[in-house]
Amino acid sequence: MWKEFVANARLVSPGNRRRFTVVVVGTGLAGAGAAAALAELGYTVDVVTLHDTARRAHSVAAQGGINAARARRVDGDALERFVRDTVKGGDFRARESEAWRLGRESERVIDHMNALGVPFAREYGGSLSTRSFGGVQVSRTYYSRGQTGQQLQVAASSSLMRQVATGRARLWVRHEMLDLVLADGRAAGVVVRDMRTGELRVLRSHAVVLATGGYGNMWYHSTLAKNSNATAIWRAHRKGALFASACFVQFHPTALPVSATWQSKTTLMSESLRNDGRIWVPADPDEQRPPGDVPEDARHYYLERRYPAFGNLTPRDIASRAARERIEAGHGVGPLKNSVYLDFRDALERLGREVVAERYGNLFDMYREATGEDPYERPMRIAPGAHFTMGGLWVDHQLMSNVPGLFVAGEANAAYHGANRLGANSLLAACVDGAFTIPLTVPDYLAGLLGQDLVAEDDQAVRAGLEEVNSRTEALLGAGGAVPAKEFHRELGALLYRNCGVVRDRQGLQEAVGQIADLRRAFHEDVQVTGTSGEWNQDLVEAARVGDYLELAQLTCVDALHREESCGAHFRAEHQSEDGEALRDDASWMRVSAWHSSGWGDEGGSAQPVEFVHHQENLHFRTVQVATRSYR
Amino acid sequence: MRLKLKVWRQSGPQLRGRFEKYELDGCDSRMSVLELLDHLNEMLTSQGKAPVAFESDCREGICGACGLTVDGRPHGWRDNLPACHQRVGKRRDGAVITLEPLRSGLYPVVRDLVVDRGVLDEVTLAGGFASVDTGLAPDADTLPVPHDVAEAALDLAACIGCGACVAACPNGSAALYAGARVAHLASLPIPSLERGRRARAVAAAVDQWFGACSGYRECARVCPAGVDLGATALVAKERWGAALHPART
Repeated sequence: MWKEFVANARLVSPGNRRRFTVVVVGTGLAGAGAAAALAELGYTVDVVTLHDTARRAHSVAAQGGINAARARRVDGDALERFVRDTVKGGDFRARESEAWRLGRESERVIDHMNALGVPFAREYGGSLSTRSFGGVQVSRTYYSRGQTGQQLQVAASSSLMRQVATGRARLWVRHEMLDLVLADGRAAGVVVRDMRTGELRVLRSHAVVLATGGYGNMWYHSTLAKNSNATAIWRAHRKGALFASACFVQFHPTALPVSATWQSKTTLMSESLRNDGRIWVPADPDEQRPPGDVPEDARHYYLERRYPAFGNLTPRDIASRAARERIEAGHGVGPLKNSVYLDFRDALERLGREVVAERYGNLFDMYREATGEDPYERPMRIAPGAHFTMGGLWVDHQLMSNVPGLFVAGEANAAYHGANRLGANSLLAACVDGAFTIPLTVPDYLAGLLGQDLVAEDDQAVRAGLEEVNSRTEALLGAGGAVPAKEFHRELGALLYRNCGVVRDRQGLQEAVGQIADLRRAFHEDVQVTGTSGEWNQDLVEAARVGDYLELAQLTCVDALHREESCGAHFRAEHQSEDGEALRDDASWMRVSAWHSSGWGDEGGSAQPVEFVHHQENLHFRTVQVATRSYR
Repeated sequence: MRLKLKVWRQSGPQLRGRFEKYELDGCDSRMSVLELLDHLNEMLTSQGKAPVAFESDCREGICGACGLTVDGRPHGWRDNLPACHQRVGKRRDGAVITLEPLRSGLYPVVRDLVVDRGVLDEVTLAGGFASVDTGLAPDADTLPVPHDVAEAALDLAACIGCGACVAACPNGSAALYAGARVAHLASLPIPSLERGRRARAVAAAVDQWFGACSGYRECARVCPAGVDLGATALVAKERWGAALHPART
């Protein structure tokens, strides 16, 4: 399908390209890649980042690696196998055609990034080195130590800076997108706020690319960077873009547990630790002995026992669910009994301290820094933490949303990962979207707009965009309440972990929908925002983001309630097999849910209930055989 | 634990700043410097006061956003750790911790502890990139890179761009930062094709914007990515290489 598209895509001749302006929001791998490639082709590009420099986008934090279906080894890998692994890993809840594109373009991604200066790990013979990742039995993950995301991000952002230096791309640092401008139903620009001065401006364009990342921070405690937020995609949704699969969120099994109220996030520990660490909880919930003194027969290695084929290396959704099940059953460890042990005792005995230090030394140091406990002496404590969101804005095969001219790339869209993402496929999706998809699909759209001017500066649509943002800001500043936005965020996060977390059920979700609506009303009445709109104002920025989370959270719970099955990371307690495994319902649910919502009212919150309209896209699998995931 | 914080407050770039003192209850030895600021800000907002502006993002030591001065040192007390990993530790009640913005004339204050480090991007803009258009790259496996060369490049490329090295340097030199960048690119097959031109352009940018390196070593002590002090010599090395090999492109 992708090959056919490329062969038949409409083109813009080189001389006409500079007449078209494209706004790219976000400078992560997807945004920087798209902006650089479009500028290289000759388009006029405005790039927006809320950071002080393009390089800091959250792509930097990805540790493990990037998959590519290069299939150079003789371990049986093939493009078809990559597609199968990705589609199966996502539990058959995303389009197959997208996995094909991902696989096809993956080869060039590695070449491109290598040329830009990513020091990929190399074998002693000089060829690229690979390793294996969860849910896959071949070795197709390319990496740069535990900093793959950072290396790719520095490369992608510096190729963007090359275009900034030539003047073909204009970079707006410390600018945050607060709304989408529509003219005649088409995306015609974005409203951005200069975070230093509060000045609003409209960046007008012929097309808009949102590459603004995921919304895992909605859960308050997550592995995401503090500035990652959902405002750009949520505001686009409020302007009519369908939001797909909101309830598909991955909980990473090896995050550090929350152990104090002041803790700002759940730090991510690399999945690679599960290669040598053994996960267990005490068999006796009232176990009082320190972990080192608990004898073998009093330990419950629940993953090894339940999934003998994959053991401690089961995919993330399964490992997280099993941990939660043990914690809920009262076997959790640590002061809050909210974590499980990841124990290196056997690895230390088998391999010796030196080898373990060589493999995991920096992670062990990080753990010791964070917890004050020495993992060489005492098992680590880990717990599931909100991580990657498979859901996002709905896009077609060309990454365009249902709003003409609005493209969505990277984690912000819901294109590839279905109900669960495989490790090392997120960096790949962001790179492919940015460097090899958007530069072909955006021109295909622009070709139809030849001769069309940008929306006029004094156009009603532009003025309306500014006015809406202004009135939202004023409502927040004028709420005059006494509760900081963070309090609402924290409450929302706890509620979501409880009712829309690793396991969900009907009653909990129904309650959550009502509770979130109440919380949203309380937020608009009681929120306290200090300062003014015309200055650097962290309070205002945070409150605006939390306001959007409170709306997206409601949609997320509605989506989770609506999907009456268990698939991938979405586990509904009502839908499980006798032995506690996820029970898919392919006859009813082999489809993508995409939502339209209306009736949110003004910022005071409307008395009318919000209306959610469900759309669905049926999925068909032609090359991959639909099967049940089994890791036993 | 009860701590006293002395924090630089400055409402805007053109306004006069001053130290404010706060007494903060409920501090924990495991808090990072940033969590200490979160804690202070919760106290301030609960009193209806403006929070202390500071930057942070990933809080996992990789994004480089969190730059501030803690008790006179960029990032904090311990060597080679970013502020998000600098823990408060056990202190006696009433101990004082001083928090200031990164101190450099090159980094104007935006607000409180937030500074503008845009000058760092001048190194990238001058040529800290490889000029390869998307899609034109040759097969990465046809250009073997020796294992050790790739590892050494990664040691240099580990830089997280926090800018602490420049703030730590009495001269405001970017020798560590720029040296790591040019040498990392010079060591790899494709980026090395424009090694000479890059060296000349980056060296000129470094001369234009930053101070000279005179070997104080403060940069390598604070660098959270552990970039080796030897990197400070590499802009000069690359520049001499370009001068002695005029044919080097």
